[in-house]
Amino acid sequence: MTLAARERRLGWGLVAPALLWTLAFFVLPFVAMLALSFARMEGREVVAGFDPGNYIRFFTDWTLFKALVTSLEITAVVTVVSLILAYPLAAIIAFRVPQRWQRLALLLAVLPFWTSYVVRSYSWLLVLGQNGVVNKTLLWAGLIAEPLEIAATRTATIIGFVHFFVMLLTLTIYANLIQLSPNYARAAQDLGAGRIATFIHVILPLTLPGVVTGAFLTFVLCIGDYITPQILGGNNELTLPQLIMLQLGRSGNFPLASALSVILMAVVTLAYAASARWLRLDRL
Amino acid sequence: MRALTWAYMAALYAFIFLPVAVLVTFSFQDGRLPVPPLQGVSLRWYETVLSDRNLMAALGNSLLVAVVSSTAALFLGFLAAHALARVRLPGSVLMRGLLIAPMTVSYLIIALGLLTVFNQTGIRLSLWTAGIGHVVINLPLCFAITYAAMGDQQRSAERAARDLGASDWQVLAHVSAPMLAPALAAAFFLSVTFSWDEFIIAFLLTRFDVTLPVEIWSMLRSGLSPATNAIGSLVFLVSVSLVIALELTIFRRAR
Repeated sequence: MTLAARERRLGWGLVAPALLWTLAFFVLPFVAMLALSFARMEGREVVAGFDPGNYIRFFTDWTLFKALVTSLEITAVVTVVSLILAYPLAAIIAFRVPQRWQRLALLLAVLPFWTSYVVRSYSWLLVLGQNGVVNKTLLWAGLIAEPLEIAATRTATIIGFVHFFVMLLTLTIYANLIQLSPNYARAAQDLGAGRIATFIHVILPLTLPGVVTGAFLTFVLCIGDYITPQILGGNNELTLPQLIMLQLGRSGNFPLASALSVILMAVVTLAYAASARWLRLDRL
Repeated sequence: MRALTWAYMAALYAFIFLPVAVLVTFSFQDGRLPVPPLQGVSLRWYETVLSDRNLMAALGNSLLVAVVSSTAALFLGFLAAHALARVRLPGSVLMRGLLIAPMTVSYLIIALGLLTVFNQTGIRLSLWTAGIGHVVINLPLCFAITYAAMGDQQRSAERAARDLGASDWQVLAHVSAPMLAPALAAAFFLSVTFSWDEFIIAFLLTRFDVTLPVEIWSMLRSGLSPATNAIGSLVFLVSVSLVIALELTIFRRAR
């Protein structure tokens, strides 16, 4: 056997276990789920077949379709608000905080990241609840007469999400800003641009790939999350992941849950296609 | 302008730390509800939590699943990264894409897909099935981190070892892996923290023995309680210690 052939055989041998694992536990399950999404429920029995009924039902039944609309609305607000809050914080850490303190400042900015995800949403319940810190403080200060109803609303879900994604985006945007050579800003200012003009025309465009990457990540994680809306959002409206879990739990309707999951994945794929031009997933 | 900058920074740090501060503060509540006013400082909720057999079993399960699944993910990911970085194979771009793909899919969908397959093949749900799910989400991470860390410098060392008569496995175990130690450790600990905190896969793919996030989830159903604060604070303490230890050892050396 030649050396090259021997090397190649070794290469296949090394890559095979990971490939087989991914095929068996990622690709195959997805195919099984796709097939199941075309099945039908008769009573409590799943009947296999090729029936697009679940998809037709989703697009014609407003109570189902509304979950997608709710999810998209929440995700859009969360992405925009998180970006607006995180960008200045990342810029302050990158440009105003002395170099030797930057790593510490960043580490502190993402420290609550390390609380358990479930517990983090629960903590917001303590802050926003009827007897929570915010209401007790406002009542005590005499600013309100009745406790505000924030918990169990969409606002609470959005606050919980924004908290998480501000941390994530501060990290990704900081990583982008710190790679910029200070010469760009210097050159712009030498050419007569003011601080604001420098930012809008030089710094912002240069960090756009990082911003889009962070926004895409926020979109994907936010629209697929079940925990935050389930703990903070109350029962008035459902997001798509909540609807999926409801199908699994209460009615055991696996075909419909599968179809909803395929739709969720299609939405994420569309978002990917829309932002692919600017995405730099390899630079995360 | 300067004052405004620092005020903004302070406001955002306050926002970021508010829930954690409230969580930890009211874990010491000497009363039945973890909301103001603070009625006194007590450690009794920590006692409750630490003597709760279900909770401690879940904690052990979580650690077990995290360590075993991360080890498996790292092993698979490292071998694949080594092969794709060193040997020219047909279709390598496609294989890289396939190995990374699970990263872009929601955990909920991965969990539901696996649940479908396990149901159809009659595999019983257990900590093992949750572990399988955790390997699926952590394998891309381990692969990407180790793949990115493989440079030409290692290639020369590997070639030298081979010229001196080392077998393929000896090269892997005694040259490649030690040279990549910081990246391997980073991938492993990142996987452990992801797996240890993962909820939806563990929720859908376990039955009788559950992991800690699932157990905490069922605690939430009985409403607000300082006991939840206490276990949350303990988890936070463990994670932060891990992060600080990593920061002081591996990442400091890597720089």
